[in-house]
Amino acid sequence: MSVKAAYDRARAENRAALVGYLPAGFPSVDGAIEAATAMVEAGCDVIEIGLPYTDPMMDGPTIQDAVHRALVGGARLADVFRTVEAVAATGAATLVMTYWNPVDRYGVDAFARDLAAAGGTGLITPDLTPEEAGPWLEASDAHGLDRVFLVALSSTDERIDKITNVSRGFVYAASLMGVTGTRTAIDTGAPRLVERTRAILDKNGRDLPVGLGLGVSDGAQAAEVAGFADGVIVGSAFIRRLLDAPDTASGVAAVRALAADLAAGVRAGRA
Amino acid sequence: MTIHSERGSAVPASVPDAAGRFGVYGGRFAPEALMAALDELTAEFEAARRDPVFTAELTELLTTYAGRPSLITEARRFGAEAGGARVLLKREDLNHTGSHKINNVLGQALLARRMGKARLIAETGAGQHGVATATAAALLGLECTVFMGEVDTERQALNVARMRMLGAEVVPVKAGSRTLKDAVNEAFRDWVATVENTHYCVGSTMGPHPFPMMVREFHRVIGVEARAQVMELTGKLPDAVLACVGGGSNAIGAFHAFIPDASVRLIGFEAAGDGVETGRHAATVTGGSVGVIHGMRTYLLQDEEGQTIESHSISAGLDYPGVGPEHSWLHDTGRAEYRPITDAQAMEAFALLCRTEGIIPAIESAHALAGALQVGRELGPDATLLVCLSGRGDKDMHTAAAYFGLMPEGEAK
Repeated sequence: MSVKAAYDRARAENRAALVGYLPAGFPSVDGAIEAATAMVEAGCDVIEIGLPYTDPMMDGPTIQDAVHRALVGGARLADVFRTVEAVAATGAATLVMTYWNPVDRYGVDAFARDLAAAGGTGLITPDLTPEEAGPWLEASDAHGLDRVFLVALSSTDERIDKITNVSRGFVYAASLMGVTGTRTAIDTGAPRLVERTRAILDKNGRDLPVGLGLGVSDGAQAAEVAGFADGVIVGSAFIRRLLDAPDTASGVAAVRALAADLAAGVRAGRA
Repeated sequence: MTIHSERGSAVPASVPDAAGRFGVYGGRFAPEALMAALDELTAEFEAARRDPVFTAELTELLTTYAGRPSLITEARRFGAEAGGARVLLKREDLNHTGSHKINNVLGQALLARRMGKARLIAETGAGQHGVATATAAALLGLECTVFMGEVDTERQALNVARMRMLGAEVVPVKAGSRTLKDAVNEAFRDWVATVENTHYCVGSTMGPHPFPMMVREFHRVIGVEARAQVMELTGKLPDAVLACVGGGSNAIGAFHAFIPDASVRLIGFEAAGDGVETGRHAATVTGGSVGVIHGMRTYLLQDEEGQTIESHSISAGLDYPGVGPEHSWLHDTGRAEYRPITDAQAMEAFALLCRTEGIIPAIESAHALAGALQVGRELGPDATLLVCLSGRGDKDMHTAAAYFGLMPEGEAK
């Protein structure tokens, strides 16, 4: 399924889409596939597979920890592509979230080609803005992939315009100024950012959903975000479940339970 | 692409372009959350450098506080060991806080104040940049937090104490290799969350635009002064300018005013650790490949899948897997050359300068001194070498004492 189709389905059901993140290779390559599959079965519409990278500059301690374990465990690019293939096979729209250097090193076009071949629908690029994205714009066009860029509370309207004009799939709104990780409250600036982004998309005649990420950790927060955003993105809270579990099986069960809680939340938000 | 031709002027280079690119290098590979702050910083720096009030205040601080201009010392006995070449040391070690780092920090701290930011953060390797930032923060009444890899807090404990004495908070970074690159990651993480009231005082000619250009401009004074001093002392330009290169700030500062002087060789010395062939090194240009790290396109140490390879050097200040993008560009254009210096070569030069000149250099700077021994022996007694002595070695006494076995068993770790 494409990202657009996943969001369209959620919209038709008058709810927000649920987007779950997990790095490949954590707690193991197969464990990540199992956990992501459980997330899909329990209600995630879109899965972001993180590409483990040595210098995760935008990530808080939880994702750093998971990614470090994935790398120490020997996760390589082949494992990322294998994970994408397995998760995409569940029918969920599957994106890769990655810092830019691994893609740059692999070759942007080759990466796009192999991602498309694995069934991936595109990339989320936290340290790549449109200014530096020339080769990626070309490669994503050539291979029909989504390109998800971020907008931030600090983004000017001019920048949101520039970013949304080259975005495809959805727009990732970072709900707070900070790195990834769970928060007890959603920043009050978040609804305003979604609103500004939508207004600019409307002005440009673009029909693109806006997903909100950074900090969402439970069903109640998901419901709150679903009240104003098209998608609710959750990462660290899933990882926390796996980190806290004594073994993979119980971790996957906890991930499944969280996904179900969040899935109920994205439905309750518009009730 | 042409290299700019003005000399010693306040608005120098044809690089970088408006996007911060030095040829294909540099740029701005940064999270969107920081883009507004990077744009603001770029505009503020451009305005400040043309504002006579700002430049006068910076000049006054450099003169009455940092101790500029720094001296040129002719190292005759050391030169005798360097093939008899005339070796002139640019004494950045005599600046307040003990290294060139203060040049950049005073500039950025004034800029932070101008932007209304009450807090400075910094990464540090050897601690020299952290000490300089803590110093400027104390002077201007700003809050200061310094991120330092846990490994480096151990090998540079004296500088940790200095920063704390100056009122800074020092945060040991426990992630990754627990050295400079991880301190940079942690500083960026802090900045993304605090950018409204915080300026990230980047310590080298690295990071996303405008840092490589701005930090160069603040260090450019090194070469501008040295060029005039050498001309006055010798009546001619030096044959070569030598500097150590980690991120590359003292090197770019020393090189920049000489770039239009085609007869002057510019030579950067990278930390080769145990030797480039062993894989345990920090010689980024010599042993690395092109990629993206810490917001810039440049040479870096990476594996075939783009994962950063941990660097190794006896010198904490050079122990970094990337290099400033302008060095990558100077390398590719052939205007500068970059050579590896091993730990052993650097420590030999370190000891030699102590014993021949009564100057204890920083281990970082000892890489440039080892380079001077090499280049002097190649060029012979007619050559004049300008060497940037970027810092003093007090902070390195623990490492040096252990290396040379100067402390009784059990005292030196």
